[in-house]
Amino acid sequence: MKILVAVKRVIDYNVQVRVKEDGTGVVTDNVKMSTNPPDDNAIEEAVKIKEAGKATEIVAVTVGEEKAQETIRKALAVGADRGVHVKVDGIIEPLAVSKILQKIVDKEKPDLVFMGKQAIDDDCNQTGQMLGALLNWPQATFASKIEVKDKSLEVTREVDEGLETIEVLTPAIVTCDLRLNEPRYASLPNIMKAKKKPIEQINADDLGVDTKPRIEQMKVEEPPKRKAGIKVASVEELVQKLKNEAKVI
Amino acid sequence: MSVLLIAEHNNKEVRPFTLNAITAASQINEDLHVLVIGHNSDEVAKSISQIPNVKKVLHVDNEIYENYLAENFTSVVVKYSENYSHIVCSANTFGKNLMPRIAALLDTSQVSDIIKVISNDTFIRPIYAGNAFATVKSSDSKKCITIRPTSFDQAATSGGSAEIIKADADQANSLVKFVKREEVKSDRPELGTARIVISGGRGMQSGENFKLITAVADKLNAAIGASRAAVDAGYITNDHQVGQTGKVVVPDLYIAVGISGAIQHLAGMKESKVIVAINKDGEAPIFSIADYGLEADLFEALPQFLEELNKLNTIQK
Repeated sequence: MKILVAVKRVIDYNVQVRVKEDGTGVVTDNVKMSTNPPDDNAIEEAVKIKEAGKATEIVAVTVGEEKAQETIRKALAVGADRGVHVKVDGIIEPLAVSKILQKIVDKEKPDLVFMGKQAIDDDCNQTGQMLGALLNWPQATFASKIEVKDKSLEVTREVDEGLETIEVLTPAIVTCDLRLNEPRYASLPNIMKAKKKPIEQINADDLGVDTKPRIEQMKVEEPPKRKAGIKVASVEELVQKLKNEAKVI
Repeated sequence: MSVLLIAEHNNKEVRPFTLNAITAASQINEDLHVLVIGHNSDEVAKSISQIPNVKKVLHVDNEIYENYLAENFTSVVVKYSENYSHIVCSANTFGKNLMPRIAALLDTSQVSDIIKVISNDTFIRPIYAGNAFATVKSSDSKKCITIRPTSFDQAATSGGSAEIIKADADQANSLVKFVKREEVKSDRPELGTARIVISGGRGMQSGENFKLITAVADKLNAAIGASRAAVDAGYITNDHQVGQTGKVVVPDLYIAVGISGAIQHLAGMKESKVIVAINKDGEAPIFSIADYGLEADLFEALPQFLEELNKLNTIQK
């Protein structure tokens, strides 16, 4: 079984994001970038399945600018076998990413495609589901547990009401929740070894996918700021404030 | 052209977020039609027909729709999408799972999680966990939009009398099968719509200690939330998680107990009207957005809090 894992390079989750003064976006110069956190869970799950002898190859794929390769190197360092980097500059929407991934799936013919359930930059939560539709594959989104069966997966999904379990026949798409597993750290020898693993570079234009944005980002601004509050000295004061000042209890 | 909204329900009742989505959808275009897909779901279609904002109800009822699998819902939505300019639903796990699948088949770049309607093609949506708001304009002829429920009021549920039109089902998808759903039953208000929410974080130290939170929640008729750290540590189940990848809540009062205030958690609660933080670390980031901060050991503060509440003659419910 072959697993394709899609990863995205985003502003690190610990960075306090700042809006550019001209309203065109957020500041990315000299800002720490990392792999989108749930994409790390997707890689980890693929590696665990391979370690359990149920997968033979893991291919990490990313769509983005030159530096997006860093996310593939990280995936290779924790156990992916090789990488595919689809180069594209500028804003690329989930619909275009899913069309590019469709082309990669046609070429690589994986049995499973894993990715994070949501990227923490645009918070769209679309790519996996869109890819599922384009390929006419079943989808298991927001996965917190995956059981590999003979020709199917049994997946527990985190939904608003609690947990839902579905069975999807392979080939299938899984989008991973942060609780699926605990991503491992890459060891130094494995980071060195990863440098020798192959990464194929493809230009998005050569795939014949129209990546022109359909959504114009007209303005990016800071959300309204909350007024600074006060510290209360005691529980008694807190309750009095809530009752008489805020009038919420 | 009209707007088609996909209702979320459990085949008996309309889920509350559908009512918020209806408000947003009718701001896009007043000619709002609602698609009810389900099994033995006549009651749902009927109650939606009584919502004054709804002009028409399309009702598709078949056993294949009992468990709202996205693959089965998608084909039927696409089948009835032709005469509509906008396809919309709420941006909770139901809509997030479903809408992109529809959008891809309609070759539309979806606009996720809008918090404001500017015009029928321009919307505001949060990005970077709500640290920035983007105004976006869609150029697709048919638009697929999901709506952040807590950013819109609930639509009135009585007084309307929309026509209910029965529509045919589509084929069942054989690649996916529903196995089970483990719903957490509770007598408390729903986290997403509660007037008061009290949440615990890693500082709670154990699931057992959440009983301190529960006691206060009982007194205030509050919903119980949690940070991701508390859920990850197994103190409480995932349906309580508030944050960027959990639920977004906008209660009148949000009480954060033993929660440091990671960006990801703030994304889910910082629009609350009044925020209280109880934390023994005076430097915790949660204090920077709290209206009332109490620097104290939660194991002393929570019992005292309950005691003080007990002294009050009246408590708003």
